[in-house]
Amino acid sequence: MAQNSENMRYAKSHEWARLEGETIVVGISDYAQESLGDIVYVELPEVDEEYDQGEAFGVVESVKATSDIYAPVGGTVLEVNEALGDDPAVVNQDPYGEGWIVRFQMHDPTQYEGLLDEAAYDEHVQEEKAKGGH
Amino acid sequence: MSYTPHTTAQRQEMLRAIGVEEVADLFADVPADHRFPTLELPPPLSEMEVLAELRELASWNAAAHEYTSFLGAGAYFHYVPSVVAAIVGRSEFYSAYTPYQAEISQGTLQVAFEYQSMICALTGMEVANASHYDGGTALAESVIMAHNIARGKRSRVLLSPTVHPEYREVARTYLQGTGIDLLGDALPSNDLEELAGQLDKNTSCLVVQSPTFLGEVLDPQRLRQLAEAVHAVGAVLVVAVDPISLGLFVPPGEIGADIVLGEGQALGNAMNFGGPFLGFFACRKAHVRRMAGRLAGQTVDVDGQRGFVLTLSTREQHIRREKASSNICTNQALNALTAAVYLAALGRCGLRRVAEICYHRAHYAAQQIGKLRGFEVLSPRPFFKEFVVRCPLAVAELNERLLEQHAIIGGFDLSATHPHLKDCTLLCVTEAIAPSEIDRFVQALAEVAR
Amino acid sequence: MSEPLLSEISVPGRCGYSLPEAGVPEAEFPAGFVRQDLPLPEVSESDLVRHYVHLSQVNWAVDVGFYPLGSCTMKYNPKVNEVAAAMPGFTQTHPYQPVYTVQGNLRLMWTLQEFLKELGGFAAISLQPAAGAQGEFTGIQMMRAYHYERDDRDRNIVLIPDSAHGTNPATSAMSGFRVVEVKSDARGNVDLEDLRSKCDERVVGLMLTNPNTLGLFDEYVLEIAELVHGCGGLLYGDGANFNAIMGIVRPGDLGIDVMHFNLHKTFSTPHGGGGPGSGPVGCTEALARYLPSPIVERFRADECPGDVEGHRHTEECFFFDWSTPACSIGRVKTFYGQFGVLVRAYTYIRTLGAAGLREVSEDAVLNANYLQQLVKKTFSLSHDRHCMHEFVAIGRVEGSDVRALDIAKRIIDYGFHPPTNYFPLIVPEALMIEPTETESKETLDAFAAALAKIAEEARTQPELLHEAPHNAPVRRLDEVKAAKELILRWEN
Repeated sequence: MAQNSENMRYAKSHEWARLEGETIVVGISDYAQESLGDIVYVELPEVDEEYDQGEAFGVVESVKATSDIYAPVGGTVLEVNEALGDDPAVVNQDPYGEGWIVRFQMHDPTQYEGLLDEAAYDEHVQEEKAKGGH
Repeated sequence: MSYTPHTTAQRQEMLRAIGVEEVADLFADVPADHRFPTLELPPPLSEMEVLAELRELASWNAAAHEYTSFLGAGAYFHYVPSVVAAIVGRSEFYSAYTPYQAEISQGTLQVAFEYQSMICALTGMEVANASHYDGGTALAESVIMAHNIARGKRSRVLLSPTVHPEYREVARTYLQGTGIDLLGDALPSNDLEELAGQLDKNTSCLVVQSPTFLGEVLDPQRLRQLAEAVHAVGAVLVVAVDPISLGLFVPPGEIGADIVLGEGQALGNAMNFGGPFLGFFACRKAHVRRMAGRLAGQTVDVDGQRGFVLTLSTREQHIRREKASSNICTNQALNALTAAVYLAALGRCGLRRVAEICYHRAHYAAQQIGKLRGFEVLSPRPFFKEFVVRCPLAVAELNERLLEQHAIIGGFDLSATHPHLKDCTLLCVTEAIAPSEIDRFVQALAEVAR
Repeated sequence: MSEPLLSEISVPGRCGYSLPEAGVPEAEFPAGFVRQDLPLPEVSESDLVRHYVHLSQVNWAVDVGFYPLGSCTMKYNPKVNEVAAAMPGFTQTHPYQPVYTVQGNLRLMWTLQEFLKELGGFAAISLQPAAGAQGEFTGIQMMRAYHYERDDRDRNIVLIPDSAHGTNPATSAMSGFRVVEVKSDARGNVDLEDLRSKCDERVVGLMLTNPNTLGLFDEYVLEIAELVHGCGGLLYGDGANFNAIMGIVRPGDLGIDVMHFNLHKTFSTPHGGGGPGSGPVGCTEALARYLPSPIVERFRADECPGDVEGHRHTEECFFFDWSTPACSIGRVKTFYGQFGVLVRAYTYIRTLGAAGLREVSEDAVLNANYLQQLVKKTFSLSHDRHCMHEFVAIGRVEGSDVRALDIAKRIIDYGFHPPTNYFPLIVPEALMIEPTETESKETLDAFAAALAKIAEEARTQPELLHEAPHNAPVRRLDEVKAAKELILRWEN
């Protein structure tokens, strides 16, 4: 179930981005966490590092897969969720809340508008499931 | 000899069940023009005959059990306790596969876990993997790992010229096409301090070996300082080691090494003309996710009983595929079992004794050879079990005479790898060489040099 | 009851070793160099032996029972190979000994080179790579060198079928190339149209496993070769499944330019619990110059150099040729290869001969097809066509929620090792089954019967599967806990 919020957008690679002023908070979607299974580790970027839209900034690891996480919008890392170091499972339990991963300062806010809204993302997920995703 | 159990009648029955006339029908998809080629291979032999042939071939070799060998340079003749063969010869170990079904592979997995533990104890490091192919590929993997630790942003690697020449060659082969530059080993005189001077923020790692290829044991104090210099630029220190030497000397984990690797053949594995050997590999826990190779980890089953599984598998090729830290799949598991049994059999005191005997006998040999006219021991102390001697004649010639006249296999001819060390031989003396054999060798040297 | 760790049975002061006195004057140790402690276990020899015997008893192995892992070729390991490989005349030779003191080793290697070239249809070969993955790396590097020498330096894509083993893309990536996946068609072949659309001047080559991981011989293998060569690329052969085609077809004849063999699969050398393997690489004449060096070469008596001449045993002598790979990619491994494994493979080939090796492949394919006919009554097949040495079934039971994993774990309770599961990735809930030629009809019948029972249980008592295994030395293990807690060594 997706977050019901006006300021939520999604990338095709299953990251969500919540707009907060000029910054976005980023995590992985419920579909992503479910596909991965029990998450055992999250590799976080360092604060002040810069990423282009679509560039891998971190890694989410479960027992059956390791997935790169991609910047939905180009930006600079402002904050990372250090709590994930002790308890990566929170990404499974609360992917849109406590399971947030990184906060970015956006370089180009118009990129945010280009992301999928909730309806478009749900459709994308249905297509993936039909293709034989988990 | 056929190892397939089918009788003609059974084959017929099976073909009927499949619904074809003959086996050849099952190969209909193979292009007709190329199907069923004639193979020019010699006719099959019975067990007796094949063993006779192999015995004949083996007899053409001069081997260390019949000759006395002073050859080292990366492959070593150490004594292997009888218990090793007794255990490694058990087919429950050798005919097993990779322990992907953990519940029925606890033997292989616990062996790996214990091996990892003992490598950590030996090297003073926090985590070790379940093996690489050999010391050379372990070195190559360590450089790639250092590159990944630096997130791919540093392109220089500093490599000491005293690292085994073949390890450096292997590393170069592995780094083709990656844009990583291996520097520092072109100048044989480049020592630790000189290399430290070449460190910069674009260096991902500095690689040294102790004992060096020429046998010198590096001073732990100098290594500590080197580690500091390396860390000051945000790079990692990689140290290649002789595992037997760690029975005696301060392990790299205690001087600040980030990655430790080496050739584990000396731990109970025969020389076997160069393979299969054993690349052992250890690192700091912080870097474990960038380490390639299999890892056995401890866990529990649904009844709470302790057990072991392959873990962090998502780093590996079968899951991560093109994003894997390495393509390694098959490792050297049986050689790691061999090393584990060896380390456990000798244990805390035994491995120390082995190292001490190597040290004493090698130093005795060097001292006696140093007294011979025309021979000069070039190794600065301290060395472990290998040292360099300048000879009064070409080493190839010397070695031929030693073999022909005294049934002795001489040392490694350094002119092949170190042009400035003409007529120099690298001699190795292990605990497997009796003192009387050392004396005989010294006498033989005196005779053949005349 | 789990076996204690060595650290748990260790008692300070216990001694399990036997060493002589140094017997020479003791040299002084340099100050500051000696370690304070060496925290290795201290156990008696008998405790050590019992410990490892207990561990061996909780291990499945080919010598224990059926091990139908797809693409692993878990065939019987002949004991005569072990006797041969243990001969001290082989084991006690040092790789740097003068060539004239190891003519036996060199002759064995040279002859094995010839055998493998003949079997594969190749002009040249290197025995150096330590395993299949290293063989792949060698082949891809050779392909790079080939294009480089032709100044064709913009090629940076390797085409890989979606059914490929993970080592294929991993190898390409570590060589600095980009991977582009090629789809499989409905019959399990490489989709020619997809391949055609992806073949262009940026392609280094295609990595082809044939038979593939679905156990199918590609019906268009000649067309594939033509397409790939047509756009200037090379064809790499992953020889993991060579057990299906010895004496049946030679990859070199089909247009494969370079291929690795897996001696630990096809040639009966033991898997060792995960290794050592051996991955020799064969190639065409055009690629021979890029092979890792040295190669073993044979000379006639009148051509033998002086120092070898006196040590000749026959009318020939052997040595290391460093110059034939004129543009060698370099060494991929120290020394010459997994010699101890080569001895076993050599012995195997000498024991079987051409007819015997062909019979191996015929029986491997016969067994797989027979088992396929039995299994398809219980589980649907990924592709209902004659297979080669292995086939893929789908681990689902109608009317039950059990998955391939549960079926695999329940197979353990029936006294068999499970087949490979979840590979190849293109078949959901895959069970990849390779019986090999050394299994009897009775074993195959028993395995199929067990599968049928398990499918029935899936419908009537699914918890038996979900909680399986019940009869193994340990029950299902918590992999999440292992990855989270990361206990990778014992406490000192």
